[in-house]
Amino acid sequence: MVYENPDGVKIGLEVHVQLNRLNTKLFCGCSTDYHNDEPNTHVCPVCLGLPGSLPVINERAVEFAIKIGLALNCEIVGQTQFHRKNYYYPDLPKGFQTTQYDYPIASRGKIVIEGEDGERIIRVTRAHMEEDPGRLQHIGTIEKSKGTLINYNRSGMTLIEIVSEPDMRSPKEARRYLDKLRSILDYLDVFNGDLEGAMRVDANVSVFNGERVEVKNISSFKGAERALLYEIMRQKNHVRRGGKIVLETRHFDEARGVTISMRTKEEEHDYRYFPEPDLVPMRVADRVPGILKALPELPDAKRERFISQYGIADMHARALTTEIRVANFYEEVASQVDPKTAAVWVADILKGELNYRDIGIDAFTVEDIVTVIGLVKEDKITEQSGVQIIRTVLDEGGRPQDIVVSKGLLKVEDDIVAKAVEEAVAESPEAVADYLAGKEKSLNFIVGKVMQKTKGRADAREARERVLARISK
Amino acid sequence: MASWKDISGVKQQIAASSAEEVTASYLETIEESRINGFVAIWDKALKAAREIDAGGHKGPLAGVPVAIKDNISTKGLSTTCSSKILQGYVPPYDAHVIEKLKAAGAVILGKTNMDEFAMGTSTESSHYGPTLNPWDTERVPGGSSGGSAAVVAAGEAPVSLGSDTGGSVRCPAAFCGVVGLKPTYGVVSRFGLISYANSLEQIGPMATTVTDIATLMDVIGGYDSRDSTSINRKNTYSDALKDDVKGLKIGVPEEYFGEGIDKNVEKAVWDAIGKYEEMGASWKKVSMPHTRYALASYYIIAMSEASSNLARFDGTRYGLRAEEGENWHTMASKTRAEGFGAEVKRRILLGTYALSAGYHDKYYLKALKVRTLVKQDFDRAFTDVDVLMAPTMPTPAFKIGEKIDDPLSLYLADVNTVPINLAGVPSISVPCGFSGGMPVGLQIMGKPFDENTILRAAYSFEQNTGHHKVRPGEVA
Repeated sequence: MVYENPDGVKIGLEVHVQLNRLNTKLFCGCSTDYHNDEPNTHVCPVCLGLPGSLPVINERAVEFAIKIGLALNCEIVGQTQFHRKNYYYPDLPKGFQTTQYDYPIASRGKIVIEGEDGERIIRVTRAHMEEDPGRLQHIGTIEKSKGTLINYNRSGMTLIEIVSEPDMRSPKEARRYLDKLRSILDYLDVFNGDLEGAMRVDANVSVFNGERVEVKNISSFKGAERALLYEIMRQKNHVRRGGKIVLETRHFDEARGVTISMRTKEEEHDYRYFPEPDLVPMRVADRVPGILKALPELPDAKRERFISQYGIADMHARALTTEIRVANFYEEVASQVDPKTAAVWVADILKGELNYRDIGIDAFTVEDIVTVIGLVKEDKITEQSGVQIIRTVLDEGGRPQDIVVSKGLLKVEDDIVAKAVEEAVAESPEAVADYLAGKEKSLNFIVGKVMQKTKGRADAREARERVLARISK
Repeated sequence: MASWKDISGVKQQIAASSAEEVTASYLETIEESRINGFVAIWDKALKAAREIDAGGHKGPLAGVPVAIKDNISTKGLSTTCSSKILQGYVPPYDAHVIEKLKAAGAVILGKTNMDEFAMGTSTESSHYGPTLNPWDTERVPGGSSGGSAAVVAAGEAPVSLGSDTGGSVRCPAAFCGVVGLKPTYGVVSRFGLISYANSLEQIGPMATTVTDIATLMDVIGGYDSRDSTSINRKNTYSDALKDDVKGLKIGVPEEYFGEGIDKNVEKAVWDAIGKYEEMGASWKKVSMPHTRYALASYYIIAMSEASSNLARFDGTRYGLRAEEGENWHTMASKTRAEGFGAEVKRRILLGTYALSAGYHDKYYLKALKVRTLVKQDFDRAFTDVDVLMAPTMPTPAFKIGEKIDDPLSLYLADVNTVPINLAGVPSISVPCGFSGGMPVGLQIMGKPFDENTILRAAYSFEQNTGHHKVRPGEVA
């Protein structure tokens, strides 16, 4: 099947990734661990842009940026430099943002995604470093607000802006690109994507090869897909009604799921970029080989290895390698049980249950899944019971070994006891008759036979109850 | 008027009485001042002096009062760049140089008047009104560190710090008859200096003697990890104080004696060069062909950087805030309209223009190219000579109000000082004579990081002449 993209949809994404795994901000020593703290408590003269303060580059941020660039198959620039991007906004303490302009640290990379019709290469134009501005909080709603509060805790956090070419042809491909990007960043251990503000998306969209429209302020991947669906529909309807798409910037209203015009090209900012005089150009080429050597195995490589090493299906390998934690989890399981069986249990069953509950792999332990797989493998429980155990662990807690007993899921033991009871009763018609006649002790004879047949594995009291139930019928 | 003392004089006085008494006497002098040199006095100056007395401080500046230009951040002491927009701003931190001064035992007296945001050549654009030249109170003290120069010349402080972006230390030093040094870019940390034009400016010491300049440099010079442009290079400036210029090769750039130069200034400078010859040095004319483009390049770069640096003053976080508007943008523009003076607004507008799309290449990039050519002029000249000598200012101090309404003629006055900032080289201005009763400054320029050679040249000149000993009111 060939996806022809009949509407000529072109999507390019600009993703801002906050490197919240760095301990300090981009240009000062302030802590980056602000997420649960009071506003304006992680600030200093530098990140507040107080008069006289000067930026000093965080070397580890540079290292992270190179790491990301290499993971996105980018070229790393020999010497990099920061520029000032000048504009006025209350969340911008210096009245300019320190960012990279004509010497981005990384450029010309690519990300491979599962497209509408097989693998697709999405070109990465550039990945550059910049500082995060502060965060505005409105008192009440924006319309009725009596004022705006500014929290500068976020100000000066390291951002990597990753810009793609307009290579995506549908909101689904855009979503896959974002998922893949997040997957790669997870592997690199440069950020925690679960924190507020960790990944923010701006999208450039055009249809029928017309003018592009930029949609800003998208704060989630789900939001990105929704915003794109809406915007494509809007543009197509507009064109069909004879309208013309003009170059403009639109805001995505997450609550209503619509995009609203912010400014047209005539109002575009002139950012008046010029080199940041307080930061001297920085040679980074020498650091690349070392960082390249230390780069971890990335999702695509891991997927291929899983297929060849464990002999599992491509579909399973994909599901297992999206998240680094799932991949590591799987490999531990696969070292203890049959890898193919492990793939089914982790990729299909466990991940399905986790996704349904919207929780991560950390909610389950390798030991527990190995136990469950073992029980099924030894034919002690049915596969369905295995699933039930997983659900119980996730919803109620407890260990699989105990749940098997408390829920009476042990298939093998159950059948043996039942069979033994059946046989013992059949072989002892006299004892049955005696018991029914009131000779209580005759029951012990039958139970003794059950114990004999089960080689003592049956519980005596349980065997007695089962015999009783059988003969009182 | 207090006695006009240098650091060693002050130290003798402290030994004879106490740091507290010395500080008190300076504070008294400042109180009686008629030159409007200070814009803020440190209320803890006496307490600091008492602590020096009590602690037996052994630092090189123990108990020595120092005046600080109002654009250098002082913790707990108002720092406004002499602008209305920063009124009420008290920095929560000390600039690197202030930390160094305090560690050396210096007592901060207060903040000195300046051209608003260091933009000017006359200290007339201050929100606090002009500082008057102690030699003639109808004249300007030069700028933009006019307050820092005038208070030293008037004996209101033995030494001071200024900042030099295009001549702002050397110009007022020349106009007020004191010594002022613009160090090599990167030698003194700019951390805490409120930026006007980051790539050009350096904090520089001002004093009545070259010895004191070297002492101050020993304290404030050196590497600071908080300034990325700071250079890690050790130097002891006081080692340069040798009365010996034998064999010194002096270059005299003819372009620095151009149109509009005052005849007496020219004569004083040539007399000085003659004196050097007497002392065993030699001189030759050199050509710095790109000097004539330096001024335009300087103003475009400085204004461009300034337009960005001054964006943070929007009324949101500190300083002046205009009456609330209907939204943030209205409040910010009202604040800026009210808070900035005419010269600052002019430079923000010109800088914004020069960086704008469509003009960026024509002005800003062109200015950067010229800057490189100006640097190359210096490199070329210094392959042949050890130092360059020229007038600091083409004229002596002009009258207050004479040029303030004519910005272009004011800009022209900087013709001999701005190339140094473009090139990043060190330069010192020392008194070398008088013109119409007003002091004339000799500018001695050196190779990058070669402060010691220009200090030695200046020191030898001082030891063999008496210009620096003449006080305001003593010239016929």
